[in-house]
Amino acid sequence: MSLMEEVNRKALGLGVPLSVHLDVTYQCNERCEHCYLEHDGEDELTTSEIRGFIGQFAKAGTFFLTISGGEPLLRRDCFEIIEYARELEFNVKLKTNAVLVREQEARRLREAGVEQVQVSVYSHKAEIHDAITKLPGSLKRTLGGIRVMRAAGLKVTLANVLMRGNAGDYAGVRELATETGAQYTLDPTITSMLNGDSSILGMRLPSEELRTVFRDERLVGDVGEFCAPPAAVDDGVREGIPCSAGHTSCYVSPWGEVYPCVQFPLACGNMRRQSFAEIWAGSAQLREVRGIRAKHLSTCSSCAHLGTCTRCPGLAFMEGNMRGPSSADCEKSFVRAGVVTAGMLAGHTFSVRGSERIELVQIRV
Amino acid sequence: MKECYVGRSRSVAARQLGEEMVIMSAVDSRLFNLNPVAALIWKAADGKTPLMKIVEEHICPVFEVKQGEALQDAEQFVRELAAHGILLLAESPIVETSAGAGKAP
Repeated sequence: MSLMEEVNRKALGLGVPLSVHLDVTYQCNERCEHCYLEHDGEDELTTSEIRGFIGQFAKAGTFFLTISGGEPLLRRDCFEIIEYARELEFNVKLKTNAVLVREQEARRLREAGVEQVQVSVYSHKAEIHDAITKLPGSLKRTLGGIRVMRAAGLKVTLANVLMRGNAGDYAGVRELATETGAQYTLDPTITSMLNGDSSILGMRLPSEELRTVFRDERLVGDVGEFCAPPAAVDDGVREGIPCSAGHTSCYVSPWGEVYPCVQFPLACGNMRRQSFAEIWAGSAQLREVRGIRAKHLSTCSSCAHLGTCTRCPGLAFMEGNMRGPSSADCEKSFVRAGVVTAGMLAGHTFSVRGSERIELVQIRV
Repeated sequence: MKECYVGRSRSVAARQLGEEMVIMSAVDSRLFNLNPVAALIWKAADGKTPLMKIVEEHICPVFEVKQGEALQDAEQFVRELAAHGILLLAESPIVETSAGAGKAP
C-alpha cells in the first residue's frame, strides 16, 4: 500500500474530507462546447465567504484543495484566495485555462506554493482548440501561460479532454506536454450538464476511437494488462466503496452548495446556511452515498467488471440512479476488455451517440 | 548540535490527520506521514523556539522519555526533514518560515 493509499484509508476511517474541490466562479472567458456548466456568475461567494469556508475546510482536516471554475483567475481576489489557502497549509491545486497567466501571475502562483496547475488543452492545432473553446487565439495564450508557469518552476499538467472534434489530436497534445515539460492526462468522458441537459453527450468519443486510445501503449502502458479481461471479483471488492466522492472528498459550488463530487450533482447542504462540519457529518444525502457498497449496486454488483470498472456514481446519478450503471463507464469497460457488462445485458444502452444509440444486440453481433 | 532553531518551509502543505501529520512538499510532491511525536515537533517548529525547548515543553511531558534521548531523536528527525527541504534549520531564530506556522488547525 502506498503512503497516499494509507493516508486515504486513514481519512476514510476517521471520516475526514481529505479533498475539497472548490469552484470559486462559473464565469469563464472561454465557452467550451462540451462544458457542463452554465456561466451565470450572479450572487457568487464573496471573498469573505470563501475565506470563511476555507477556514472551515482546514478545521475539518481537508488537506487537498482544488481551486477551479469557470475560470478562477477571472476573480480579482483569486490570488488572495490561493494565498490564504496556502497560509492555512493546504496542498493547493489550481485548474485554469491559463489564458490570463503572464510572468507576474506565474511568479505569484509559484511564490504562493501552489503544488500543481492543471490546464485544459484540446489540440496542438489552434483551429481545433480555438473552435472548442470558442475563444480566438486561446491556444496561443494558453501555451504562453503554460510556458511562463513552467519557467517559474510550477508543475503543470495538460488535461486533454477527448471528444469527437479532437479525437485525432491527443498525440499532438502529448508532444506539447513533453515540449513544455508538463505532465499529460487524458479524459475521454463528456458528461451531461449539471442542469441535466444531456445534449452535449453527442460529442462523446465514438467507440472505435476509444478503442484506439485504449490500445495506444504511449497512453496506457502495457496494453495487454490494461485491456485484460476482468479478474474474478472477491469479497473485498464487493465490500468496497464505489469511489471517494462523499467519503473523503466533496465539491463546493460558487454558491456554497456542497455535493459529493463535481460530477455528482446531489445537493447535500449549503454553506451559506449551515457550517461545513454540520453538512459533512449530518447530511442525509451524504449518509446515503456513504452507505453504498459495491455489493449494493443494482446491476453492477453482478458485473464481471466490478473490480476494475471506473464506474462513476455521479454519472450513474445523472442517468437516474446512483446505484445503477453509468453507460459511459459500461462502454469504457467493454471497449477496454471486450467483455459485455452487466449494464449492457440489463438493457442499458450507450447514450454516447445520441441518435446513433448502440443497442445490445448490435454489440453482441 | 549547537543551539538549533527549526521552522516549517513555506513550500509545504501540512494537515493533522488523527494523531499524525500529513505533509507534502510542493517542490517534489513527496508525501510524508509524521508519527505523533514528530507531529508535535512539526507543529511547534515556529522558527523562534529552540529544538531543545520544543522537546522539553512538548515531548517530555507527553511521552515518558528522557530529555537527552528525546533530543537526540528529535535532532535526527529534523535533519532528515531538512534534507527533504520541508524543515528549515538554523543556529539562530528563523524569520522566513511558513506563513501558516502556528496556525495549522
